[in-house]
Amino acid sequence: MTSELIVFLVLSLVAIAAALGMVFSRNAVYSALFLVLNFTTVAVFYLLLGAPFIAMSQITVYAGAIMVLFLFVIMLLGVDSLAPSKSLPWQKPLAFSLAFILVVESVYLLISRAQPNMVVTAPDIAVNSMDNLREMAMTMFNQFLLPFEVTSVLLLVAMVGAIVLTNREKVGRK
Amino acid sequence: MVPVDYYIILSAILFTIGAMGVLIRRNPLIIFMSIELMLNAGNLAFVAFSNMYKSFNGQIFVFFVIAVAAAEVAVGLALIVEIFKTKKNINIDEMNSLKG
Repeated sequence: MTSELIVFLVLSLVAIAAALGMVFSRNAVYSALFLVLNFTTVAVFYLLLGAPFIAMSQITVYAGAIMVLFLFVIMLLGVDSLAPSKSLPWQKPLAFSLAFILVVESVYLLISRAQPNMVVTAPDIAVNSMDNLREMAMTMFNQFLLPFEVTSVLLLVAMVGAIVLTNREKVGRK
Repeated sequence: MVPVDYYIILSAILFTIGAMGVLIRRNPLIIFMSIELMLNAGNLAFVAFSNMYKSFNGQIFVFFVIAVAAAEVAVGLALIVEIFKTKKNINIDEMNSLKG
């Protein structure tokens, strides 16, 4: 049992526990903080997989920007915990059984398609140097230049959409 | 050495927890967080396969998925704030009209 495997097993337990805590905690702020914990553990997985740039973007974009936006909205609306509404009694058992079916079939499909006995190689020193970042940038700006530009347009559209949606009243008053 | 299967199984479990959260919770904010969790599980599988095949394409896809998630969250939270301003409530059961 290598040290890498021990790190993986411990962190995967933390990630699954944080995800379950996110789904089941009554308070929305706790949910957001559990999700931050989950994103951080996933960032460590990216480091184990030899993707340092993705790990850092995960922390800055997800755990930083997106979750701060979530916390802003939770505290702005002041709806930490909703009043329990009369829920459908069969909803939870049905959701649990459907989730069980989903995990079984997704694990089966992914494992049967993936080549067996492949191991994830540890990030060596070469991967952790700037060469990794340079290679990735070369791939992105040569092979994936058009999708990159389309992504920038997508972000612009999202920004305009958010502004238009939240500014509706002022426009209507004119 | 960690077998790549372990990462895939972890990704599937995280995805399923996210899907379960979408099914059982009534707070749209929690539902959004569950969707983020599902996107994140997909990203984990992408990076695991990227390491397995020794190709950068998986990591580039993760980059795009992160950008799409950011855009989705911005628009979705704007919608939730707007719904809260009109209905004074964000229970998902009461969002049953398109023109409120």
